[in-house]
Amino acid sequence: MFGFEGDTIASALHAGEVKTFSTSLVYNNPRGFFCGIGKCSSCLMRVNDIPNVRTCIAPLKENIHVEIQNRLPDLPKASFEQIPIESLSFDVLTIGAGPAGLCAAIEAAQKGAQVLIVDENQKVGGQLIKQTHKFFGSKQEKAGTRGVDIAKELENELNILKSQGKINVMLDSTVIGYYESKKNHLFGVVKRNDYKSQFLEINCKAAIIAVGAMENMILFPNNDLPGVYGAGAVQTLMNVYGVKPGKNVLMIGAGNVGLIVAYQLLQSGINVDRVVEAAPRIGGYHVHAAKLRRCGVPIYTSHSIKEVVGKEKVEGAVIIKLDKNWQPISSSETIVDCDTVCLAVGLTPSTRILSQINAEMEIIPEAGGYVALHDESMQTSVKNIFVCGDSSGIEEASTAMIEGKIAGISSALSIGVTKDKENLLKYIDELKLLRAGPFGDKPRAAKKIINKLVKI
Amino acid sequence: MKNYEKTGVLSNNDITIPDLQYLKRGVAIVECIQHIPCNPCVDSCPFNAISMKDINDLPVVDFERCVGCGKCISVCPGLAIFLVKIKNKKALISLPYEFNPVPKLGDNIIALDRMGVNRGSALVKRVVKSGKTSVITIEVDDSLAMEIRNIKV
Ligand SMILES: Cc1cc2nc3c(=O)[nH]c(=O)nc-3n(C[C@H](O)[C@H](O)[C@H](O)COP(=O)(O)OP(=O)(O)OC[C@H]3O[C@@H](n4cnc5c(N)ncnc54)[C@H](O)[C@@H]3O)c2cc1C
Ligand code: SF4
Ligand code: SF4
Repeated sequence: MFGFEGDTIASALHAGEVKTFSTSLVYNNPRGFFCGIGKCSSCLMRVNDIPNVRTCIAPLKENIHVEIQNRLPDLPKASFEQIPIESLSFDVLTIGAGPAGLCAAIEAAQKGAQVLIVDENQKVGGQLIKQTHKFFGSKQEKAGTRGVDIAKELENELNILKSQGKINVMLDSTVIGYYESKKNHLFGVVKRNDYKSQFLEINCKAAIIAVGAMENMILFPNNDLPGVYGAGAVQTLMNVYGVKPGKNVLMIGAGNVGLIVAYQLLQSGINVDRVVEAAPRIGGYHVHAAKLRRCGVPIYTSHSIKEVVGKEKVEGAVIIKLDKNWQPISSSETIVDCDTVCLAVGLTPSTRILSQINAEMEIIPEAGGYVALHDESMQTSVKNIFVCGDSSGIEEASTAMIEGKIAGISSALSIGVTKDKENLLKYIDELKLLRAGPFGDKPRAAKKIINKLVKI
Repeated sequence: MKNYEKTGVLSNNDITIPDLQYLKRGVAIVECIQHIPCNPCVDSCPFNAISMKDINDLPVVDFERCVGCGKCISVCPGLAIFLVKIKNKKALISLPYEFNPVPKLGDNIIALDRMGVNRGSALVKRVVKSGKTSVITIEVDDSLAMEIRNIKV
């Protein structure tokens, strides 16, 4: 098979029409990949005899051998064995190089901290690199600029600091754990190289957790068939790798993500049959809904997906009307002809590292689930552990960037490399302003609880 | 609940339609009716014709100040700004367009309304590319001035 340099294994397989990546443990059902951003496990395959390679983020290399991983893989032969553990020390470790992490790392470095930023992808930018639409917000947060261009601007700033020796960047590397340490904070990092892994210990005075969020799944028969994807996966395939996820898409969810991804599918020449939304009203911005409607895509509110039909892959779907209490109305089913079902039903903050650190956590529905409590400086209940962006509660890139800046400055202040508080209050005010409208109700309520509960 | 919250389609009652005197001169119609945190339209206008109290407020066009230059159209991330000019029983509508292929001057294309319904053909009078958003000006019958909001090439 062929692929292009810069492809991941998963995107190249997809381009070659291979959509089954594994089979399920009990029923042996075919499975394709779902999240496309390295957060779920449906793309695990065996590559060059190494099992459990996350193919949606693993770079494509020449002459590799990729196999479907049938059921439980054999344990890998200790792949760290021959490579010695490396130990490194930094002032500030930033985990995740999305908009939040990049802004945090840049601010901390500018204030004089020695920074390491780690991301498990091959590129920095997080979710921004697939967002080909222009952003909302104000001029300071680069409104009117496309997400991918914001990512490039941030990357340029990062590269300048890198060339000055103020920031170190480690890509294709995952922070896998937190270890107790008498002094400072200690993290374990796995750095991949030719699908083999090296283990590193990172010692730091402060850490900023900016690991983003995971796509939600909903329950319906056949939700694991190849062709059912998260919205992020669809966006990644078409906008980052130029691969069409399918020909005819049913979109589930009329929040901003669903509306935007549906529009981008149209821009890529893919048909969107309709958008289905369980709530009685469209959740995303009206302007996004209007763009879709004037291209002729209908939006069905008070509707949900009942099941997907198909044997080896998606061959269609059944949708159903919901009543006032969100209960399905019998005999209101419609069959939709589609080869792809895209789920845009919300995100859940990624917080596993934070629970491991033992930061105080709380379920806050408005924030998308479990989140770490934090104060206005973005510090959690654990000293010198900061959180920002979607990982601190689902919001937007604009707020993620400001939260990142706040966390970056606060970390530098907290470890004593600077006393310069300038800008900190300005950013805190900007954040309040962005959340002041009705669409800010949820984050505002969430952050109020988060901030109130925290006792540091 | 307003109907557009369910359908995603505005009616002409949901927006401010300028008087004929302004439409004859050509002015910006801003179809942005929700309090969202967004304001690049305000900064984009060289004539300070669009205003907003704060970033979550609704944009308001001062039709006295708007000269119909169309600069705001390609800046708006919501693709919610259109320019309408009525002249000799015809309406010139400028709209943002983000699809390939981009139509050429003199092409006959299909005019779509807010529901994406085909409302007949339209003549392309002007094409301005601004980054990846093009601003296309089409000519339709003046009765369709407040109906046509998209095109299909
Ligand atoms: C379709 C869509 C449209 C959107 N449109 C807009 C919009 O118009 N305006 C707007 O403001 N926002 C928008 N957003 C939201 C915005 O993209 C997110 O809120 C923003 O990207 C969150 O930034 P972040 O840095 O917190 O997380 P992310 O961008 O998700 O970055 C997290 C990074 O952390 C890395 N990572 C995770 N775990 C680890 C680990 N253990 N080790 C190493 N690295 C790790 C990931 O690889 C990733 O690169 C949109 C989102 C989507 C999905
Ligand atoms: S058309 Fe020109 S003058 Fe009128 S509001 Fe837009 S930018 Fe301002
Ligand atoms: S730029 Fe567009 S979407 Fe943003 S406030 Fe102005 S009109 Fe509305």
